[in-house]
Amino acid sequence: MEPPELVSALLDGKHRALARAITKIENRSEGYRDIVAALHEHTGHADVIGITGSPGAGKSTLVDKLAAEYRDRGLTVGVIAVDPSSPFSGGAVLGDRIRMGSNVGDMDVFFRSMSARGTLGGLSTATSDAVKALDAFGKDKILIETVGAGQNEVDVVKTADTVAVLVPPSSGDDVQMLKAGILEIGDVFVVNKADLAGSDKTVQELRGMLEMRDRADGDWEPDIVETVANTGEGVDDLLSVFDAHADWLDDTGKRDDIERKRYAEEIRTLLRNDAGALVEAEIERRGGMDEFVDAVVARETDPYTIADDVLEPFRDAVRHND
Amino acid sequence: MSDSSERKIRCLVAKVGLDGHDRGAHVIARAFRDAGFEVIYSGLHQAPEDIVQAAVQEDVDVVGISILSGAHNTLVPKVIEGLEEYGAFEDTLLIVGGIIPDEDRPELEDAGVDAIFGPGTPMEETIQFIRKNVPER
Repeated sequence: MEPPELVSALLDGKHRALARAITKIENRSEGYRDIVAALHEHTGHADVIGITGSPGAGKSTLVDKLAAEYRDRGLTVGVIAVDPSSPFSGGAVLGDRIRMGSNVGDMDVFFRSMSARGTLGGLSTATSDAVKALDAFGKDKILIETVGAGQNEVDVVKTADTVAVLVPPSSGDDVQMLKAGILEIGDVFVVNKADLAGSDKTVQELRGMLEMRDRADGDWEPDIVETVANTGEGVDDLLSVFDAHADWLDDTGKRDDIERKRYAEEIRTLLRNDAGALVEAEIERRGGMDEFVDAVVARETDPYTIADDVLEPFRDAVRHND
Repeated sequence: MSDSSERKIRCLVAKVGLDGHDRGAHVIARAFRDAGFEVIYSGLHQAPEDIVQAAVQEDVDVVGISILSGAHNTLVPKVIEGLEEYGAFEDTLLIVGGIIPDEDRPELEDAGVDAIFGPGTPMEETIQFIRKNVPER
């Protein structure tokens, strides 16, 4: 299907079209930009929830239970589960789907596995574009499950309205958590596997650390919820917190602020990438990077002069437009 | 560059029906990963409609079904029917692995299975087959 057809089939509720649109987005196939552009006006209706936390914390199992609970409430759900890819072969085994036992056979839970494709730990632009596709398709709730690799998880905030950070009980010393920097991104902290020993202590430690974090008046007060994803215990409580956070976003006008920031960031990223591509093309046109490097190594010129030189036509164009 | 296409071959490795042996499926999944494919593993004991759901949502290029139970003549056609229902059969490569008696092969191939790989097939042969026959999209 060509992009315009694909978009109308997607808006028409065709699962196959949604799946294919996400593939095109993921592959950066020809025409994907037109697809995402056409979808934009249909987005903005879904609640986007990010689920992050260390590997083995129980993210997939919890996502499965959350999706099932939303379905019980008559809501439709989209899930994007990001898994790491091998830096050597570029291949990946995307295993999160195995945990989706509560939702097999239910097409109204649209579950899609994505590999991180080199963007270590983080959510790539492709992920946020895929979220738009699910949003435009009409999903009420979109859950993003991250790789769980740690540091770069902070990226999830850029796409999700609400972020849940999973912490397994007795996950070790306080310093480790502060170092990960995840304390700042959580709107709710989920001590999963709360039936295991050490759960209470983890809750206490978390509470202590959250109290220490800098916050201004009127900021959201992060909640701590205990769950046992296996049995579904605590899932109800967690959904209540999600709802409360969504209401808070609306009541305080934060949702608009976040949205504006997100789009500003997205526009900047696109511009940087596109401008970078233009510059690459200009470098090629002038004989390629190797020639520049040769000249710099031979002390005939220097990197700053080359940068000025290559950018000259761009600068000219900007001046002409003044 | 931001616009260069980065197509990856996506495969669903599926265990369907009651047989509980997935050593082979695991080995295949890892070999596919090492070949640079993105592999979605279904887990054990999937019904045909679960396989269809996964294949459609994940938009895989290849569905590889591993069956050791002998129920292939009932299960595989059901997967094919489901794929057809979603318009996904045409451009999906369908391969079957496991224990398939010779006399059952023609029927499966007639039904739409693109290839059947029995025990002892070198991994490289399967990977090459997929690379060569992965549908244009």
